[in-house]
Amino acid sequence: MKQALLAALVWTGVLAAQPLDPAKLLQPPTDSWPTYNGDYTGRRYSPLKQIDQANVGTLNLAWTRRFTAGGGRGGGGGVQIKATPLEVNGILYFATPDNAWAVDARSGRELWHYTWATTGGLHIGNRGFGMYGDWLYFETPDCYLISLDAKTGKMRWNQQIADVKQEYFCGPAPMVIKNHIITGVGGDSLDVPGYLESHDPETGALQWHWNTTPRPGEPGAETWPSRGSMEHGGGMTWHAGTYDPELNLYYFGTGNPNPVYAPQSRTGDNLYTCSIVALNPDTGKLAWYYQVSPHDSHDFDNVETPVLIDGQFNGQPRKMLAQAARNGYFVLLDRTNGKNLLTAPFVEDVNWSKGLDADGRPIPNPDKEAKPDGTLVSPTEGGAANWFAPSFSPLTGLFYTHASESYGLDWKTDLSKTPEGYGGRNQTIWMQNLLQAIDYKTGKVVWSHRYPNQGGNRSGLLSTAGGLLFGGDPTSNVFAMDSANGKILWHAGLHTSVGNGPITFELDGRQYVVVGAGDSLYAFTLPGH
Amino acid sequence: MFRLLQSGVGVVAVLWAVPLCAQLISRPVPATDAVERGQKQFVIQCAGCHGSDARGDDNGPDLVRSVIVLDDERGSLIGPLLRKGFPNEGMPAFELSDAQIQDLAAFLRERTQSAINRNAYPLQDLLTGDAKAGEAYFNGAGRCNTCHSATGDLNGLANRFTPAQLQTRFLYPRGGRGGAPPKPATATVTPRSGPAVSGTLEFMDDFTVGLRDAEGYYRSFSRDAVKVDMQDPLAAHVQLLKQYTDKNMHDVLAYLVTLK
Repeated sequence: MKQALLAALVWTGVLAAQPLDPAKLLQPPTDSWPTYNGDYTGRRYSPLKQIDQANVGTLNLAWTRRFTAGGGRGGGGGVQIKATPLEVNGILYFATPDNAWAVDARSGRELWHYTWATTGGLHIGNRGFGMYGDWLYFETPDCYLISLDAKTGKMRWNQQIADVKQEYFCGPAPMVIKNHIITGVGGDSLDVPGYLESHDPETGALQWHWNTTPRPGEPGAETWPSRGSMEHGGGMTWHAGTYDPELNLYYFGTGNPNPVYAPQSRTGDNLYTCSIVALNPDTGKLAWYYQVSPHDSHDFDNVETPVLIDGQFNGQPRKMLAQAARNGYFVLLDRTNGKNLLTAPFVEDVNWSKGLDADGRPIPNPDKEAKPDGTLVSPTEGGAANWFAPSFSPLTGLFYTHASESYGLDWKTDLSKTPEGYGGRNQTIWMQNLLQAIDYKTGKVVWSHRYPNQGGNRSGLLSTAGGLLFGGDPTSNVFAMDSANGKILWHAGLHTSVGNGPITFELDGRQYVVVGAGDSLYAFTLPGH
Repeated sequence: MFRLLQSGVGVVAVLWAVPLCAQLISRPVPATDAVERGQKQFVIQCAGCHGSDARGDDNGPDLVRSVIVLDDERGSLIGPLLRKGFPNEGMPAFELSDAQIQDLAAFLRERTQSAINRNAYPLQDLLTGDAKAGEAYFNGAGRCNTCHSATGDLNGLANRFTPAQLQTRFLYPRGGRGGAPPKPATATVTPRSGPAVSGTLEFMDDFTVGLRDAEGYYRSFSRDAVKVDMQDPLAAHVQLLKQYTDKNMHDVLAYLVTLK
């Protein structure tokens, strides 16, 4: 027995020295969680079912650890782990602004801690790593792409991907597709143009660069009134997307146009801001787009995860893409061509829109644009949904998202012909946090959980083959629900609220669930395993 | 008649501190006197082509969003350009001292920082509504007079708050900034056995409810063992958010600022 145990330890030790097998990126996550969303689909659905509805009530804390670097500097006070950790060969990799760690997934023990000497930038958050073989990649607030050696945490190289002096800041988890490290940028304070890039995994060299707004003469330029408006039109790329290997398309959402609340200098739809975009990851060429918020003037970044669903729609098997958008609408597209299958609001009182056009696109209500004396807008700036990870369970056919019903005031402060930056202000007036379970085939909310307290909620969601939905509430609880009906089956009070997306993986025959809350990771397992 | 220019500090309270999108970063703000000197000089020598606010016009480009200006440090980049000019594009060379260049750089830095710092954008013209219509709404469709009185709890309201503060507070009251906290929610908790307990609601999530009872004791209960009946005096404000037109909102604000 002892020998067998020793052999097992040696065997796992050998595994731990191995690089990430690229095939893992193409499989549903079981013994690894090798990319931001666990796999390329963005479903955050695990086929693991050791933890199920019958035994989840006995889930126990396996370990917890604090990681106290990377807070402040505009990030909202203390350390906030917003990154979804990667788990590869028994090691967790995650980051906070300027900081990165590797820890033993079985114990939480720190293996290394890397610190980047920042030159500035908004430290709003870091969403985590991408991994390629033995190499890790993350972005810093001052917009460097850093590659680390996963074994040691030593930096291999860094590559500047945006100019922090122009108010860019960076933090999305890079997406690794074949030999492409795909990086996005953030920052909408000063009307800088958004773009997505691909970098070489060995050197960091630029492979391609795709502007989210066109330049004069290019397709889409007709949706802007002038060269200056499109060159200063924003459209940031601050969140990881999803990938279909069969179609070889990378899907991601783009941010709001600039100037944000003063759209008078950018009449038109403002492509490709506030859109879902499909690019060829080898070339960076646009395959199709679908604009979810045409001519946005409410800061409705459309970067929410485009989740890939394979299933039936109107009796036919379809390859689809679903998104619960910040603007309050759930959209379902055919991901082979971007054609709209359905659009439906997933919260009440979406008042910024007059309804849908023939292509299912919400029509903005000009009466609800920001005005000097204020307009009452629902949802408010933070949106009905945001970057917090949604989940789709093929077991239930339900798309889960944390959501908010909210009202806010939008004031326009810049009435000039050439407004700058935000051109206005927003104040949230009231907010109610919800968890919505949406039938992707109809867009209808099948069940809804209204949290009894007000306040924001950054927690992502995870569904499993155990019939469970994991997440965090607006206070400080991590919970597991029956994914079919929202009944809460287990919870644990943490020291603060969950701030990232829960993950699950199996090691040594034991299923772990790991969440981040504030500066800490918490790992849970079943007793006796 | 009641139009006011706000000074820009009215509405900075963040009710839900969840930074979701771009927040603000700041680089060193130059000294005020340098900015003022730079602005005077800019108006004389540069505004003809770049506009008095440096946003550019038909004759010259926007300098607020200029990459050269953004990368500049105290004239390090714009100084050599000013002295050399862009003769082919119609911009002459300027003979400027180092101090003058630094002043111009200070003015341009202040302009970029003003554009970036949206929390300091001044609000203006909040009072566009019709006070009489607002009073009618207060006593009519809004049913505000069910809980409030212009001569009672709201007497002198406009002396305590700026219009910007009033606008956000009447929509959904919050404590702070010179205002008393709104009436808290109360609740009655009924256990499966034993007497019901009523009090001020201090905390409630899906699992726990906590009350402060009439004697000041904190009492908490597991939600699965009790029935909770909550009375939230602010529920009517939430209902009104769904009911107001923007005109109603502006009219009510115009009325409330008359309550001096």
